[in-house]
Amino acid sequence: MFESMLSHPGSLFSELERLQRDFDDWFGRGQPSGIRAVAPGTFPPINVGTTPASVEIYAFAPGIDPGKVEVSIDRGVLTLAGERDTRQAADAKASVYGHERPSGSFRRAVNLPDDIDPARVNATYRDGVLHVSIARRESAQPRRISVQ
Amino acid sequence: MSNDTRVQPTSRSEPQQRGEPRQADTRAMLPRVDVFEDDTGITLLADLPGVPKEHLELKVDGDALLIEGRVMPGTPDRLEPVYAEVRVPRYRRVFTLSRELDPGRIEANLKDGVLNLRIPKQEHAQPRRIQVQVG
Repeated sequence: MFESMLSHPGSLFSELERLQRDFDDWFGRGQPSGIRAVAPGTFPPINVGTTPASVEIYAFAPGIDPGKVEVSIDRGVLTLAGERDTRQAADAKASVYGHERPSGSFRRAVNLPDDIDPARVNATYRDGVLHVSIARRESAQPRRISVQ
Repeated sequence: MSNDTRVQPTSRSEPQQRGEPRQADTRAMLPRVDVFEDDTGITLLADLPGVPKEHLELKVDGDALLIEGRVMPGTPDRLEPVYAEVRVPRYRRVFTLSRELDPGRIEANLKDGVLNLRIPKQEHAQPRRIQVQVG
């Protein structure tokens, strides 16, 4: 649960609030979710935003090799796929006390609006965040028309 | 980009109870960590995506190690959020260091959103073979 990763100053009510939120997440609020939606807490978490001229997607995926990530757009769906290996090189004398960081292959899909231009996509990777920026079609952007 | 930085232990000017919220406490996400121990110390790897080096804070206060980072995603102007799984732009986690660790010699490295901390054990705590002299 991503919500349960928030840390509050300890108090009984914040625990109850967190439990309430966890229940809401699991059982939903009655809203149908996108057919490609995933359970909260899937790696990597993503944020999606829009500007009048573009759609911006941020995938929080630290420690991956940007050259090995597959970013593709097909029929209006942006897919980010790759893998991350967090297993340490086997060291017989090392004890493992915590292994929370997700490992393995991942795949996230985002539905894109109809007015994007799949030929104008830009992807960068910085500080562990994969940022994909997709421009909207020129003709779809709002344009002022001057009155003669 | 990767860098090695030395973490300076802070001086204890006044006792601070770790359990109580600080004055300007804000909500933060708990970063996921992997912790390994070998003969010479502890290695801690933390996922801090979106945190650049200048917004990473590492502090040692007594036996507490604090890791805090601000997420700076570099968003364009007029960005309207549509869907957000990361809603709090901050990570925070505190660890208690056991006594055989030497916080004065912590080494830290931040690359691609992964913080790599190496906390060596005190010299005297490291396993050492003792040569037996044959008298």
